[in-house]
Amino acid sequence: MKRSQRRRLTHLSLYGVLIVIVLAVAFTADWHTVKVNFFDGDTWKALWPDIVTKGAKNTIWYTAIAFAGGLTLALVLALMKLSPILGYRWIATGYIEFFRGLPALVVIIFMGLGVPLAFGWSPPGGPVGGGLIGLIMVSSAYMAETLRAGIQAVPKGQTEAARSLGMSSARTMVTVVLPQAVRIVIPPLTNEFVLLVKDTALLSAVGMQDNQLDLTALGQNGLNTYANPSPLLAIALMYLAIALPLTRLVAWMEKRQQRAR
Amino acid sequence: MNGTQRAIEVRQLHKYFGDNEVLKGIDFHVDAGQVVCVIGPSGSGKSTLLRCVNRLEEPTSGQIFVEGVDICDDETDLDKVRSRIGMVFQQFNLFPHMTVLDNLTVAQRKVRRRSKSEAVEVARKNLAKVGLAEKENAYPAHLSGGQQQRVAIARALSMNPDMMLFDEPTSALDPELVGDVLDVMRQLAEEGMTMMVVTHEMGFAREVGDKLVFMDGGVIVEEGDPHEVLANPQHERTQRFLSKVL
Ligand SMILES: Nc1ncnc2c1ncn2[C@@H]1O[C@H](COP(=O)(O)OP(=O)(O)OP(=O)(O)O)[C@@H](O)[C@H]1O
Ligand SMILES: [Mg+2]
Repeated sequence: MKRSQRRRLTHLSLYGVLIVIVLAVAFTADWHTVKVNFFDGDTWKALWPDIVTKGAKNTIWYTAIAFAGGLTLALVLALMKLSPILGYRWIATGYIEFFRGLPALVVIIFMGLGVPLAFGWSPPGGPVGGGLIGLIMVSSAYMAETLRAGIQAVPKGQTEAARSLGMSSARTMVTVVLPQAVRIVIPPLTNEFVLLVKDTALLSAVGMQDNQLDLTALGQNGLNTYANPSPLLAIALMYLAIALPLTRLVAWMEKRQQRAR
Repeated sequence: MNGTQRAIEVRQLHKYFGDNEVLKGIDFHVDAGQVVCVIGPSGSGKSTLLRCVNRLEEPTSGQIFVEGVDICDDETDLDKVRSRIGMVFQQFNLFPHMTVLDNLTVAQRKVRRRSKSEAVEVARKNLAKVGLAEKENAYPAHLSGGQQQRVAIARALSMNPDMMLFDEPTSALDPELVGDVLDVMRQLAEEGMTMMVVTHEMGFAREVGDKLVFMDGGVIVEEGDPHEVLANPQHERTQRFLSKVL
């Protein structure tokens, strides 16, 4: 038997196994139960349009706020970590290690419910606002490490060239190093962003008013209201609909930037 | 201030990297309008000396004056001194995220505070000078090594520096691209630019240089008229080095 023939045979048998598995699942699954529990037409209809105009909208808002806030704080932390001043480095390192070591949910509950209770503080937007601040604190710790690595990946010659032209170190950072670090950092930041889309689900733990419901809270409410898990499948599809285009968009931006280099 | 107004004056310069003494008491100067070439084996400290002149490398001890200004003095505005010293690197170090024109204007605008139109005018003049007028909208990645290095020279010139430092500007280039870069440097020298050039191009050192400095093991072993030193080296170490490279 020739090599190519053998390879084709292997492929065929792999397809065969796949088909057998798919058929086995298809025949053994209880399709009726699946349909009634996850594709209940009335429940799906009842979710519309809140699932988009409320749930998806709020999830996107929470993600955008947490990302923008987290990134800003992360930049400060990354610059502190690269500072020549030991004190700044210590603070940044301590912060990053602290928040990466805690479950995000704990920080969210702490900021959304714990701190308001302790200090009589009412966070903007209620407990969700506090929870968002917690999410910002956690995500900034992760993003700070990403940014620091990106900044350090810019070749030293770039800084030297800028300094030799008489630019100050701050000027050099802003005009020469950071723009190049941003490109390096786009792929890992995409990951952070998609993780953040999913992490906003944790916010529902602190309780939300009706107009604040995110996808997860909406799904959970739906589950209780209609005594049917269909809403869970619906919000799962919504999360995918949000996350997938984002990763595609960023992949496209990366490609375009690659060409500009 | 020292009496004679030298472009660069280095006195008893020592530089350690950790325990490694890389410069062992260098006395060295470049007069205004002079072209001084520095040669020597790899690791002899040529780049370190050059980089100390604009304090990209921090001297361990000794004094460095640029146009009479002590650059190690805390009172000295280092950025201002640096803006008067053009520097050209072996690896070009163009800013890859900017067009050629932006590479040439960014420091003019941010450091020299020139208007946009003035900066662009100066940049275009210098691009024409290095023979790359038509490349102003290209990104560095789309240029050959020789073109990138000429852009880097034009970038340094756009600050209207009083002197230029070159650290092996042609070492990273394919042989057929070296000539264009050396031609630009030769033209600069003819125009009277003060230049300190670390190089392995002995032909350039002989024809263009006013003074040749041979370094080995962190000291200046021999210096003098390039023709003299190259044809008739006095020290055994110089002889050994030249017999290998010539
Ligand atoms: N940043 C640094 N940290 C530690 N050691 C260094 C550093 N830079 C240079 N050195 C050491 O200092 C010595 C002199 O280096 P330098 O680059 O000045 O030599 P050079 O004469 O320019 O050599 P080449 O011809 O290879 O460029 C070398 O032994 C080198 O390993
Ligand atoms: Mg060197």
